[in-house]
Amino acid sequence: MEGKVAHDWRLRGQRYRLEGEECPHCKAKIFPPRDICPECKRPAKEPYRLSGRGEVYTFSTLNSAPEGFENYTPYTVALVKLEEGPMITAQLTDVAPEDVRIGMPVEMVTRKLRAQGDEGTIIYGYKFRPTGLGHAH
Amino acid sequence: MREVAIIGIGQTPVREHWPISLRHLALEASLNALHDANIERVDAVYVGNMMSGEITGQEHLGALLADSLGQTGAEALKVEAACASGSAAFRVGMMAVASGMNDLVLVTGVEKMTDTSGRETTAALAMAADAEYEVAQGVSFVSLNALLMRRYMYEYGWERKDFANFVVTAHSNGMNNPNAMFHMKVTPEQYARCATIADPVGLLDASPVCDGAAAVILAPAEYARTLSPAPIRVRGSGIATAPVAVHDRKDPLALEAARLSAKRAYDMAKVKPQDISFFELHDAFTIMSALSLEASGFAERGQGVRLALDGEITLQGRLPIATMGGLKSRGHPVGATGMYQIVETVLQLRGLAGKNQLPNARLGMVQNIGGSGATIITTILEAMS
Repeated sequence: MEGKVAHDWRLRGQRYRLEGEECPHCKAKIFPPRDICPECKRPAKEPYRLSGRGEVYTFSTLNSAPEGFENYTPYTVALVKLEEGPMITAQLTDVAPEDVRIGMPVEMVTRKLRAQGDEGTIIYGYKFRPTGLGHAH
Repeated sequence: MREVAIIGIGQTPVREHWPISLRHLALEASLNALHDANIERVDAVYVGNMMSGEITGQEHLGALLADSLGQTGAEALKVEAACASGSAAFRVGMMAVASGMNDLVLVTGVEKMTDTSGRETTAALAMAADAEYEVAQGVSFVSLNALLMRRYMYEYGWERKDFANFVVTAHSNGMNNPNAMFHMKVTPEQYARCATIADPVGLLDASPVCDGAAAVILAPAEYARTLSPAPIRVRGSGIATAPVAVHDRKDPLALEAARLSAKRAYDMAKVKPQDISFFELHDAFTIMSALSLEASGFAERGQGVRLALDGEITLQGRLPIATMGGLKSRGHPVGATGMYQIVETVLQLRGLAGKNQLPNARLGMVQNIGGSGATIITTILEAMS
């Protein structure tokens, strides 16, 4: 479960580096890793790191959040269409909700997703920000 | 395979049932169904429920309900498929009778959602989504529907106000259903002005958190007439799945599992969309109504909203939906919802829907959606003449 040490450790490659897979048969890029190619349905376990560049497919700003995220409202979540093909669900950052547009180019950054009280784990992961805001990363 | 019929129905009012526990809700609906069918014992009990473990700390609902009913020893199981758990349990019950493994089966959908805080219930509902790649990013179930609604409005040029009649119609129909959660008319202006939860989804786009239970008794159709004065035949049943995460679907606005499950139900019933008299669809959110109408063959892609705008979905329209209030007004006690839809469809087909009775209700269709569209179950029912 979320916030359980082994669970969060197991996801480090995906959360910090967007580690997905490439299908050796049809060359489809896959994220999250699923070991069976969603395109050609054949085994696909070749590691492949996605660039983290994409564009906003759709988005929503939450005024009411699930447990664990209530201290962060309002925040904006989006489906980001990555340039390699897969879609990913992530928060947008470094942008005001009213400035977000469908089709906006975005890039992946590593940010704090949530903290679990004063003594619990701080969970980091990917978020996306408008392309061209920052320096080299 | 034997044909299957519904010979009894039961339900509790949908409310915030502070004085009534999960087990007593299930018991009340089940006893009502047994009484309606005029039988005392069944061969098997199937319970549709999504989140009893998370909310109430109670799993193992099959044995729990069988024991509560005084039917210890009966075959009993809980069936879970998120918000489609009710129809999923119905499907298991239908298969048990159709196969000849059991003759008399009780199917009960039950959900207790108000024993926890709103935030905890919201988090429990989110378990229908992908825990690692959706929920961990901070999306709520509401916001997944908001993502779909925003893209739908962008692709097809609709505005939020165009969805108003889904809400107005459901609340208008719910006024005459004594078991509905809300007895409250909603105007297009109220819909336009309501608070935003996750834009573009507002409070009035969404169905309420509530408690309830609904149940049916199933029997082989060949001798249903000897057991019931008004048996209802299960003409068609189809279930299909799609990726749990919205981002893993090739065409997120297509609701592919709805298309497949409806096709399977139509094929089994040997009917077409135009043969359906009314449609109890899964209006948990207004966007789901539009997508469901399109995927089930009642509207072209991007045109589901048109049916609402043109008044086709009212009790007097070409395809009435949510005839007893739908998820929006009757309420959406998640694991019970599919069973409420089926019970209300039986009421229409028996001619017992009161002020909301449709004049020529012959074939009723029910669609129950799990998660944001990952499990979808379609059922077609018909009065046995």
